[in-house]
Amino acid sequence: MYGHVEIRTLFFASYKELLGTGELQVDLPEGATVSDLVSALRSRGGAFTVLPAAPAVAVNLTYTDPTSLLSDGDEVALIPPVAGG
Amino acid sequence: MTFFAIVREPIDPAHVLTLIGADQDGASLLFLGVVRDHNDGRSVGGVLYDTYEEMAAQVLSEIVEEAARAAGTDRVAAVHRIGELEVGEVSVAIAVSSPHRAEAYDASRYVIEEIKKRLPVWKKERYSDGAEVWVEGRTPKAPDAAPAPQPGASQADGS
Repeated sequence: MYGHVEIRTLFFASYKELLGTGELQVDLPEGATVSDLVSALRSRGGAFTVLPAAPAVAVNLTYTDPTSLLSDGDEVALIPPVAGG
Repeated sequence: MTFFAIVREPIDPAHVLTLIGADQDGASLLFLGVVRDHNDGRSVGGVLYDTYEEMAAQVLSEIVEEAARAAGTDRVAAVHRIGELEVGEVSVAIAVSSPHRAEAYDASRYVIEEIKKRLPVWKKERYSDGAEVWVEGRTPKAPDAAPAPQPGASQADGS
């Protein structure tokens, strides 16, 4: 049996409004990367297709490259362009 | 001591100034970011700031530490407010003190510019005609350096 990873995925601001939710649990095959997660989300169809193909992403509170491997239990946030200050 | 905070209540600039300052410092500098009544030609009635609070606290802490290290002072304080703000209210306060003014100006500028580049905070403007729009921001970049090491980088243990 193949392993899998359970990812807590967070959405904020415009992404949260777009999707109508701030949080989803996403199940991916072991070895999945950040960009695999984004592809899996976009393939859900509907509003998810409006997500950018390569958004900024933070894994466990740190900005992370799209090629990074995900581990079971990771918290991944899709970060819309920031506008603090 | 450096200081950082993400807060929901109004910021008291005078209080932020009390977080810095030392006998060897000849310069104390306070920067305030304030909600203005217009943007891109539209009349703004107020703004809503949203955040990824846990990460924002961590990123703001890193920014403050970087500024302090570069300026050679540990008297750097930064506070960002979240939630609904009216025109004229303070959204961010940055206070720095150092022996001479140049380091204080540099550190203050660094903190506000880095906040705009990478603090996970988002701003929705409410216009006087009732419309609301998320302000087009900047896309933060992952550090160029090697990706963060994966804990237990070797093979996962099956199952």
